[in-house]
This record gives sequence, structure tokens and C-alpha cells, in this order.
Amino acid sequence: MSELGIVAVGAYVPPLRLSREEVAAANSWLNPGLRSLARGERSLAGWDEDTITMAVEAARSCLEGRDRSRIGRVYLGSTTAPFADRLNAGVVAGALGLRESVSAFDLGGSLRAGTSALLAAFDAAAGSDEEILCLAAERRRAPAAAAQELVTGHAGAAVLVARGPGLARLVATRSLTVDFVDHFRAADREFDYQWEERWIRDEGYLKLVPRLVGNLLESSGVDAGEIAHFCLPSPIRRVADQVAKASGIPEASVRDQLADGCGDSGAAHPLLQLASALEHAAPGELVLVVGFGQGGDALLFQTTDAVAGAHGGTVEASIARRAPCTYPRYLALNGLLKVDRGMRAEADKGTALTAAYRHSDLLLSLTGGKCEACGTHQIPRTAICVNPDCRALDTQVPHSFAESRGRVATWSSDSLTFTPDPPAYYGQIDFEEGGRLLMDFAGVPPEGVDVGTPMRMVFRVKDHDPQRGFSRYFWKATPALEA
Amino acid sequence: MATGIRDRVVILGMGCSKFGERWDADAETLMVEAFAEARADAGIDTAEIDAAWSSTCQEEISVGKSSIPMASALRLDYIPVTRVENQCASGTEAFRAAVYAVASGACDIALAVGSEKLKDTGYGGLAQRTRGRVNDLYWANYSAPGAFAQLASAYRAKHGVDAGDLKRAMAHISVKSHDNGSLNPKAHLRNRITMETVLEAPMVAEPLGLYDCCGVSDGAAAAIVTTPEIARARGKDDLVSVKALQLAVSNGTEAQHQSWDGSYFATTRHAARRAYDEAGISNPREQLSLLEVHDCFSITELVTLEDLGVSPEGGAVRDVLDGFSDAGGSVLCQIDGGLKCFGHPIGASGLRMLYELYLQMTERAGERQLEREPRFGLTHNLGGAPHANVASVTILGKHEG
Repeated sequence: MSELGIVAVGAYVPPLRLSREEVAAANSWLNPGLRSLARGERSLAGWDEDTITMAVEAARSCLEGRDRSRIGRVYLGSTTAPFADRLNAGVVAGALGLRESVSAFDLGGSLRAGTSALLAAFDAAAGSDEEILCLAAERRRAPAAAAQELVTGHAGAAVLVARGPGLARLVATRSLTVDFVDHFRAADREFDYQWEERWIRDEGYLKLVPRLVGNLLESSGVDAGEIAHFCLPSPIRRVADQVAKASGIPEASVRDQLADGCGDSGAAHPLLQLASALEHAAPGELVLVVGFGQGGDALLFQTTDAVAGAHGGTVEASIARRAPCTYPRYLALNGLLKVDRGMRAEADKGTALTAAYRHSDLLLSLTGGKCEACGTHQIPRTAICVNPDCRALDTQVPHSFAESRGRVATWSSDSLTFTPDPPAYYGQIDFEEGGRLLMDFAGVPPEGVDVGTPMRMVFRVKDHDPQRGFSRYFWKATPALEA
Repeated sequence: MATGIRDRVVILGMGCSKFGERWDADAETLMVEAFAEARADAGIDTAEIDAAWSSTCQEEISVGKSSIPMASALRLDYIPVTRVENQCASGTEAFRAAVYAVASGACDIALAVGSEKLKDTGYGGLAQRTRGRVNDLYWANYSAPGAFAQLASAYRAKHGVDAGDLKRAMAHISVKSHDNGSLNPKAHLRNRITMETVLEAPMVAEPLGLYDCCGVSDGAAAAIVTTPEIARARGKDDLVSVKALQLAVSNGTEAQHQSWDGSYFATTRHAARRAYDEAGISNPREQLSLLEVHDCFSITELVTLEDLGVSPEGGAVRDVLDGFSDAGGSVLCQIDGGLKCFGHPIGASGLRMLYELYLQMTERAGERQLEREPRFGLTHNLGGAPHANVASVTILGKHEG
């Protein structure tokens, strides 16, 4: 087998932050034990973010400056993909503008779906000259006052793999599959049902993971003491440290849990830790990643000299961007508190699937047009050129604005129109290459925006249709950090 | 070569319902109220009407589609009746159709009735509703105030206007309209307000507070038009005639092309230029003395003063704060209280504005009657949003034929 490696990594942690102390204090009457978890902040997807949109953002950070036409497959691992039957990875592929011949796979069923997706990606890369994109994202929900409300976080991670050593070459992989049910979520249920933590720790993590890691190391002839970065999500306090000890891995090698600012992002978390590890690792170091769930997957990597190129700090930068969210607002945004949304919320958000398909290049990849006669960009693409001095017929070739920068030309913050998280910000965006679109804004900071504010595009949920359970997606403008 | 509409058609009669939260009334009730007044004013029988136009905009929350509701409500005599809709210019569109029908010679007497029943939604403001199956997929989630608020952001940036100064000028506009509306028995809102009330009101869409927004109400207005010859033959003198009827519609340039800066209405400028040519007006600031502009929001009235060429570009803030458009000023704006006090039953508004010009020109405006009779009066409607809209400019004046 030829050498396989990680080409690039990316991450997205949504900026909303919930204070664990606030949650614990609010629920102390019900569950005083939450105090032990009341440290730092967890991440939180906005109302218009889900597994698909977070995967897209993580992928964009991974693929920055890369030729996306080299990608042959995309895997999306998650237990919270918004659609049970509609290819979630297909929406992601469309938003990324991947070529139509790409294969796309949704993987779920367990929190190890992220590492399973990575295994599948390497399998695919082994038989291909193309790059394989592995994504994982998670937007898990928990009932109010549950420990998971404090422990979990929302995030997405991306790993691009291909033949060749890349940033880190794949040394070995190993899986272990046993029906150890520490928690489960039936297909028709909203929340997880979880067994006693002590049993999960003792019989689950401390027996199954050392066995899995032992098998892997034995087969690859690597000594546990050589592992420099150990990535194992630790939803139970210190369990990763205990697993490391039981496996002979140096305690100092246990990667940070990214608990402050993010929290356990389920299927995405091992890949998020991996991305973080590669952003800090020195050349020649061993990195072990484990995804736990009905056994687990283990992947062992050795970094190359190229790893220094991955030191972009994507994970840290993503965690560092924060926008506080109060507990009541969090509860309302996640459907945990019935709030009066007003009669405007009753408006039908039904989607005509025919129309959505006709306009799928606009909706998924923000594709407009460029006039071949006069060079004017415009969005949407129309038959007759918008340039008053041109007006040529049928001269427009597709042009995507998804990676374009623009500036605010007009704006307002609207407290009247219905949006789940008011006020609604929107305004006209003038794109650098030309072209203009009145767009919804996302992630507007408290200080607001003004005419001239530089903006970048983000793929978001446009509307949820509660009547039919459909989510439709479109791009929004968000303030861009000046380079 | 087209010669335009000037002095070819005159108003035979007009009517206007009481505007307001008409919990007692259907759209049909309001149509009848306006029609009965117009018919009596014109001195005609229903059977003398050759054709009619009905304007409503949000038909899905009131009368439904087609012209049948109006033909039935008014018991029109199996004549051609057509429903028209062109956003906030709908009422003016009904009037335009009736005037053109008379001018063409196809009709001797034509009727236009605009009406709207908005207050059956259960909440304040206009209805939150679909913009069309494709538009819903990508249009920004904007309300009417949020759409027009965009103007303020671009206006501030373009002219370097301080946000506080612009807000005060906008507030002055609303205070002035309430002063005017307090004298109008048919207005919805008849209370006077203070600058403090406006400036401290809750924000609806930055920088538009509650009092920067027009009311939402039910209402109807009607016009009966004919030729000058027929009007005189029926004993009418002192005729009010149509001097100009212009409409300009966005073609996507403002929405998609960076040549528009977002601070004005391209459509209004086109429509106004053509209307002044049609009416023979060369200096609007000097020759116009009475305006009914589309003050759906205070900022709309402010930039419209510039778009109509009444205020110099960038000069509307100064003009407004100087009282230029107040009741005692040089160019009276919204002497009846405007949309601000009448509210905006969409299909009716254009005709309601014409009704005030007609009253002023026939010296029947009661407490609001101007001492100096206006030679020209202008109405303006603006439907849609600043980046994509329909603008109408209509000019009435004393018949000179």
C-alpha cells in the first residue's frame, strides 16, 4: 500500500458561547451537582447553523487556497445530520462547489462516526489519485438541566486526506466493535438516554479503549510511550488521562479537551482535537486519535516536516471568537423553552422543491453570472445583462460569489420581521469584483456594522419550516476580519 | 409623437372613506363609502359609468382576486371592470387606467376605486407573507420599515450627515404630518406629537422608530373622470385636470448593479422628470406648492423631496429642519396628514392623495384649506423597497384648455 497522509485540516466552532456557571446557577434548585461542571463556556450553534453549515465552514477553513476540483469524495460523520433521508453530504458538496462527479456519504449511528468517516476516507484515498474530504460536525441537543447541556458543545472539523505523506502520514488504524451502550438515542427521540457515568468510565473507556489502543500499537510496533499527542474526547472528567495511564501513554501527551470555549462536540470532537494537535505538533511526532462509541476507532499518524505549514491556529482562532448568549436565549433558540414568537412566526415557510432545484447553483454555491460581453458580474444570473450600458442577451457565464469579499452598501437592523433570533440584520453587499445583492447578515457583533464594513459569505439555514420539517439554505454576509 | 395627458381629462367627482382601524367594515364597505361620495359629487348615476378599475394590493387578506368584489359591491352595470395591482402605486394605477380610458375616447366617464382592508391580520404592521416561491428562497428577510431604513444608512454615508441630525429631521417630518392630520376628520391618527415622543419611541428598524413609520389602516378612495367638454356640459366649471401621469419601475439595476448608491429612488427621479415635462414644469421648487408624497416612512419623505427636485441634493435635512415643507412653509407636504396619519391601505393611498389635491383646488378642504390656491399639486407613490420599486408621479392643476 502506498503512503497515505493528511493534506490539510480545518475547524469551525460557532461563536455563540454559553456560560456554564450561568446554567448551573439557574438549575441549582433542580440539580445542585451541576456545580462541578460550572467552569468556562461551551459553544453553541446559532439558530441558522446546523451540522451541514458547520461542516461547510470547517471544510472552507481546511480548503482555503486549495483546488477543490481535486476532491473525489466527501464523507460527513455526525449523529445530528438534519436530514434522515436527503444526502446531507450532498448539500455540503454543493455549498463547497465540488464537482458533480464527487461521491458523497453520510455516516452516523454513533459518536465514532467522525473517526469512522476518517477511516473510510483513507480507504478511499488508498485506491484513488484524488483528494478525499472527511468532515464531521455535531449540533447535539440536551434537555435543560442535564449534565450534557454543560459538557457538550457544537462544532465542525475537516480533514483532507490523499496519497502521500502530507502533514502527517497514516501509520496504522484499528477498530473495535462491541455493543457497549453507554447512551443511546432512538431514531424518533429528541434526546440521549444515558447510563451511570461510573460504569461508562470503568467498563467502557478504561477497558475498551486500552484494548483498542493496545491492539493498534502492537500491530504497528509502536511503543505507547512514544505517542506525543493523544486525542480522545473526554466527556467524563479526566477519563482521557486515565485511559492514557492505563495504555502507557505519557500523561503530558493527552491533548487539551477544548472544554473552555467549545465542549465535547461528539462525532466531530476527535477530529477537532486532531486538527488542534497538528496545529501544534513538531515534525516526526506520533499523533493518536480515538473515537469512542460501541467500541471505537483508533488512527495513528506521524507528522512530517510539512506539519509546520498547518500551524494556522484555525481551531484556536475559531474558539477565540466569542459572542455571549444568555441561558434563556439559548433555551429558546434550541426549542427548550416555549416562547411567544408572535403571529408573524406563523407565516408559511414552505419550499417549492421544483424552484429550489432550478436555482440550486444560486442557493448552494452562491452562483450568479459574469457577462462575457462587458465583464459585469451580477447575482442572480439573468438572461439580459444588468449593466445599463450593455444589456446583452444570453452572455452570462456562471460565477460563484461564495468566496468573494464585499462591503456593506446599505443596512438596517430590523426588530419587526420574524426571525428566531432578532433583530434581523441585512443590507446590500457590493462585491469586490462587481455585483450586488441584498442579503441577510449573520454574526453581527454588538457594535454593529456600517456602510463600508468588509464582509465575507457564509452558508446558513435560510428558514426552518416547522410544518414540514424542512430546512432551506442560503448564503449570508458576515463581518470579515481585515487581513 | 406622443403629446401627453395634460389637460385632456378632468375630475368629475371624488370620494374618500374615513380611514382607520375600521373594525366595522369589510373592504367592500369602504369601497361603497368612497364611491357613494364620488358619485354624488360627480352628479351621475351608476349606469353612466362606462368602465371601472379597482385597485387592491394585499388581496389575499381582503377581497381576493379579480374585479368581481368591487363590481358586486358597487352594483356596476355589467361594464368592463379590471383589478390592478402595482404595490403602493396601485391606487394611482387605477386612476391612470381610468384617465387613459377617457383620453383614448373609449369611455366618456370612467371610475377608479382604490381600497384595502389591512386590519384583519391580528397584529400591527403589514402582513408577514410570501414574496413568491423563488424569491422566498434567497431574498433577505426584510420588513417594510427595514427595507426603507436602508436609505438612511446610505444617505448618512453619502452626504456625511450626522446620525442625530438625520434622526431629528426625520422626527420633524412626523411631527409636521401629525400637526396637519389633526385637522383632518378623515385621518386615522389625529393626535399631535412632540419631537421627544418621536425620538424616544421604540426602534422598529434602525434608525426608524415607531413614529417614523406610517400607520396601518383600512380605507378607500374613488375618482370619477371625464373629458373637459363633458364636465362643462354637465354644469361643472372650475375644473381640476390631470397635468401629468408618470410611472417608473425598477429594472433590477439598483438591486444588482453598483451604479446606484442606495440613498435615493432612481425611479422617482425618472418619473418626476417625465411628469414635469408632461405638465410643463421647469422649476419644481418654485412652481409646485402642494405635495402629497409617499411618506410610508419619514426617511422616504425626506429623500423624496430631493428626488422630486424640490430640495437640492443633500439639502433635504436643512429644508425640513427649516420648516420648508411645514404647513406655513414654501412647499406644503402632506397637508392632509399623509400616510403618517391616514395610514396606508395600500390600494387606496394614491387616490386618497389625489382627493386632497382635488379638495384644495376646489376650496373644500375645511380647516386645512390653503389661502393661496395651488396652481399645481403633485402626488407621489413608492411601492416595494428602495432597491426595487414602482414610483408614480401625478400632477393635477386647474384646467387650462
